[in-house]
Amino acid sequence: MKHIISILIENEAGALSRVAGLFSARGYNIESLTVAATEDVTMSRMTIVTSGSDEVIEQIIKQLNKLIDVIKVLDLNDGKHIERELMLVKVKATAPFREEMKRMCDIFRGRIIDVADGSFTIELTGSGTKLDAFIESLDKTAILETVRTGASGIGRGDRILKI
Amino acid sequence: MATPAKNAKVNPVSAQTQSESISDSHKKTTHDISGAEIVIRCLNAEKVKFVFGYPGGAVLHIYDEIYKQNGFKHILVRHEQAAVHAADAFSRSTGEVGVALVTSGPGATNAITGIATAFMDSVPLVVISGQVPVPAIGLDAFQEVDMVGITRPCVKHNFLVKDVRDIAATIKKAFYIAATGRPGPVVVDIPKDITAHKTAFHYPESVEMRSYNPVLKGHSGQIKKAIKLLLEAKRPMIYTGGGLVLGDGAAELVKLAQTLNYPVTNTLMGLGGYPATDKQFVGMLGMHGTYEANMAMQNCDVLIAVGARFDDRVIGNPKHFLGQKRTIIHIDVDPSSISKRVKVDVPIVGHVQSVLADMNTLLDLEINQADRPIKNDISDWWSQINEWRSVHGGRYEMSDTVIKPQYVIEKLCEVTKGEAYVTSDVGQHQMWAAQYYKFDKPRRWINSGGLGTMGVGLPYAMGCQFADKDAQVACVTGEGSIQMNIQELSTCAQYSLPIKVILLNNRYLGMVRQWQEFFYQNRYAESYMDSLPDFVKLAESYGHVGMQITKPGDVEGALVEAFAKKDRFVFMDFITDQAENVFPMVENGRGISEMILGKSHEEKK
Repeated sequence: MKHIISILIENEAGALSRVAGLFSARGYNIESLTVAATEDVTMSRMTIVTSGSDEVIEQIIKQLNKLIDVIKVLDLNDGKHIERELMLVKVKATAPFREEMKRMCDIFRGRIIDVADGSFTIELTGSGTKLDAFIESLDKTAILETVRTGASGIGRGDRILKI
Repeated sequence: MATPAKNAKVNPVSAQTQSESISDSHKKTTHDISGAEIVIRCLNAEKVKFVFGYPGGAVLHIYDEIYKQNGFKHILVRHEQAAVHAADAFSRSTGEVGVALVTSGPGATNAITGIATAFMDSVPLVVISGQVPVPAIGLDAFQEVDMVGITRPCVKHNFLVKDVRDIAATIKKAFYIAATGRPGPVVVDIPKDITAHKTAFHYPESVEMRSYNPVLKGHSGQIKKAIKLLLEAKRPMIYTGGGLVLGDGAAELVKLAQTLNYPVTNTLMGLGGYPATDKQFVGMLGMHGTYEANMAMQNCDVLIAVGARFDDRVIGNPKHFLGQKRTIIHIDVDPSSISKRVKVDVPIVGHVQSVLADMNTLLDLEINQADRPIKNDISDWWSQINEWRSVHGGRYEMSDTVIKPQYVIEKLCEVTKGEAYVTSDVGQHQMWAAQYYKFDKPRRWINSGGLGTMGVGLPYAMGCQFADKDAQVACVTGEGSIQMNIQELSTCAQYSLPIKVILLNNRYLGMVRQWQEFFYQNRYAESYMDSLPDFVKLAESYGHVGMQITKPGDVEGALVEAFAKKDRFVFMDFITDQAENVFPMVENGRGISEMILGKSHEEKK
């Protein structure tokens, strides 16, 4: 099953490689990983999307907690949470497709953030499944390039990951 | 030792330095000193007694400061791997943090096997490595290697110090991290220019880390639950590992086990955690464990695991193990060791010593309050275990013509009265040492259990002998393993270490040969050792005593003679039976109760 794991970690050189190294060394899979400093710049917040049986997820959480630089770990799937991902898609937008592309973008509540002679760049945020759905609904030959950030997640309401 | 009277006599200049060293000066300076000197002062503040190391370009500033100090003794090894192993054994035998010092590049990479060995067995070490100067990092400089990167998977933690002002706090953290929680090696990588830069020295009193707070005390509710289960058990079993030895919990365990009168087994790493000569001890368990230990492990109804991790060499096939229903209590300082290979019912995270002490207190209370015996009658279980004891019982075929390796270990145990520090390398000799030497005390049996590193034996013996210079130290080894760090014969000569090497020389990589005999239809691919040196002459060339023993009748006499040479290093080359195998044996992937007991036993059946 897919899990979203949130990590608070010391914002130090090499911290990311400790986490990435742990996953590769123990054969855990990473679907996506995002990281940036928090409002307190001495800490980074990392979101990892992974999958595995309950036992594997339990081990992942324990192993992450064992890393000296890791301050806190939370499995967002233990409760209600929100997940968002950003995608930029460059699509063909030549004369016959231009209107159609604009419409598709509107339906998915995306924004066109760059317009060129033959292409649009569309910005879209949402859950991973929504972004997948957008890609599915486009004509494959129209997609020139895509880039995704991977998911960021946060607990709903009172579920707060903070020190 | 300086006496007050002596102090009174010294001249005013040295009196001043004396009083300065008595005050806080080893922890603080008002003037700037070099990074190299800071390193030395930190080690002195940690009361380090020995640093095992090897000099090189990147650590020359540090070595220059070593030359000027006398707070600790530096031991010059002949290969960096041995430096780390020796520091590791020093720690295993004393409980103190071991310290090694190596240079950058090849010095650092040579240390890796030692670091990984310590990591697998959770031994607290601080390894200081030199690094190329900060401006040269990343430029493929001479003797540059990314030490922090290359050690990351085999250390508890590591640091690259990029500012002289960070050295003291980093070393303080390194010692703290190495020794607390589940212990392990910590690497501190220090670029050469940082050791030349100057700053005032201040060694922190304590460490606060928001990201690292190891649990000490076990959960009282869980402990209560565990006691209740233990008292209700019909077929109880106590299974302890290296964690009990490293966590200094042996005394509490003995109390618990003897109050309850329950059977105890130790893992390879846990030998000495419970006295081997006690009647409640059923021997080592696992791949080469005793018949009774493995059968009891498989058939018990309540199992308490203490500082052990249900490793593949211990419980065999986990599916087979879990085929039998039992309730499992697991005490470990590392939560990730719990429910990793085997799901447990009552996990207790905490320091083994503290948890066992709490259990003993609770147990005493229960016993005092109860108006009737609180324990179950487990005499049926004991008679079953005693029946199992008679099945194999560690018997092996004796011979009048060829030396049996098991016999050498039995005699070694007798001659040293079971009190020696015994280090071993890896292979058949390791298993025989574990099976036939009776360890009654913890921290006496020093071997590489997790990583299984051939070549540890001799440097391990060095570490033990430095830690306790008057102790009997025996290195049980094979002709394959000993050659992996044979260069340390030179170190042993330099420091006059009276180690006794017990070489069980069967001219084969014995354990490989055994597997080839059992599982590869006697195709002995590359397991025969040809062109062996004359070990007697080799030992003598270093100034040591060499002995070769070829007849069973000479074994005991030779051992007595060797151990009588209290101030000499004696290399004993025992020419042993080439065909001898280690029994009992659990085939890889099988359940632990599915043992091969050896030819003679099979025939009897």
